[in-house]
Amino acid sequence: MKTNFKKIAVDGVVKQNPTLKLVLGTCPTLALTTLAMNGIGMGLAVTFVLICSNVLVSLLRKAIPSQVRIPAFVLIIATFVTIVRLVLEKFMPDLYDSLGLYLPLIVVNCVILARAESFASKNPVLASAADGLFMGLGFTVALTLMGAVREILGAGAIFGVKLWDFQIAFFASSAGAFFTYAIFIAIFCLIENIISKNKKRKEFALATAYTSSNTEVK
Amino acid sequence: MAELILIIVSAVFINNFVVVQFLGICPFLGVSKDMKSALGMGLAVTFVMAITCLITYPIYTLILVPLGIEFLEIIVFIFIIAAIVQMIEMALKKFSPTLYNAMGIYLPLITTNCAVLGVAELVIDEAQMIGLLGITSMNLGYAVLYGLFAGLGFTLAIVVMSGLRERVAKLPIAKPLKGFPIAMICACFIAMAFYVFALI
Repeated sequence: MKTNFKKIAVDGVVKQNPTLKLVLGTCPTLALTTLAMNGIGMGLAVTFVLICSNVLVSLLRKAIPSQVRIPAFVLIIATFVTIVRLVLEKFMPDLYDSLGLYLPLIVVNCVILARAESFASKNPVLASAADGLFMGLGFTVALTLMGAVREILGAGAIFGVKLWDFQIAFFASSAGAFFTYAIFIAIFCLIENIISKNKKRKEFALATAYTSSNTEVK
Repeated sequence: MAELILIIVSAVFINNFVVVQFLGICPFLGVSKDMKSALGMGLAVTFVMAITCLITYPIYTLILVPLGIEFLEIIVFIFIIAAIVQMIEMALKKFSPTLYNAMGIYLPLITTNCAVLGVAELVIDEAQMIGLLGITSMNLGYAVLYGLFAGLGFTLAIVVMSGLRERVAKLPIAKPLKGFPIAMICACFIAMAFYVFALI
């Protein structure tokens, strides 16, 4: 069976984007996007756990009985989260402090369990690893973009570099988190609608051209 | 007594779990379409959070810390929570079918609710709890009280949210904003309301 890596990549980053399309893993998304750097840190931590758990779940997919699969997946995920936590605590204490409570909470991030359940437990190892990588990338990109918007508007800075003194405190507050997320989903949905409409129009134009050429032949 | 009031105000309003700390957003957005189910979910979460604190706090301080295996806390806690939820479900089914009918369907969802794991992780962080509550030292009583009132804060937020969404559902809404975006804008207004408490 040949794996369609291009489809996995497009699905993970755009079509099935975990943050903007599936709206999974909302807690860290809302809490940590005050700074763009936090978005990258959280995104990469989740990506690492996602790849590792997808690979292990995929390797064990025939060994785990389906009745106990959820506790088994949770155990696998919790193990990798513990590894990430210990590594960050030792080597990147600043990032560890800014992620704080949300680092252990990666265990209950629905993106990871959802991919283990719906993809890794049914697909071979390489495809599962690719799925983890691209889903994680989609998550990271969305978090970083939101973090950048909120940091520019709320703190007048980007990646900690000060741009100007103008700042809107609303975007740094928790209400601003919900608002920014809502606007991001709405824009994503709008773009998706426009693209699908254009596609339909093109198909329609092709179909009419085809039928008219047929009638000319007759 | 003064400490009790402090814990209540801090856990329910100032550091509200949902709109200030962003814990338990999934049920907050998913189960807030009507007020009755929102109330059921809120009370079920409150119940599980209080019992989780009652069990995880002594296990952490009396077993994990003396043995020097604190790094296992995530794995231990998630299994304790899963076991508690399962046991509550079985106990309710046997002893109180009416309560089971009201809460039962929400219980399996609670295992992966970050509010529950979040409260278990929060109460063992003594320095942070002292900062949050303004108490001198942490003990089991405070941990359970904090779990209980944080859960009630969650219930308050989800019930207010469901009331708002019931009304918003009747309004004409632009197509891209339908569903999650408009729910989040409702949440944005609730967050603004709770922001007032942080200013005091």
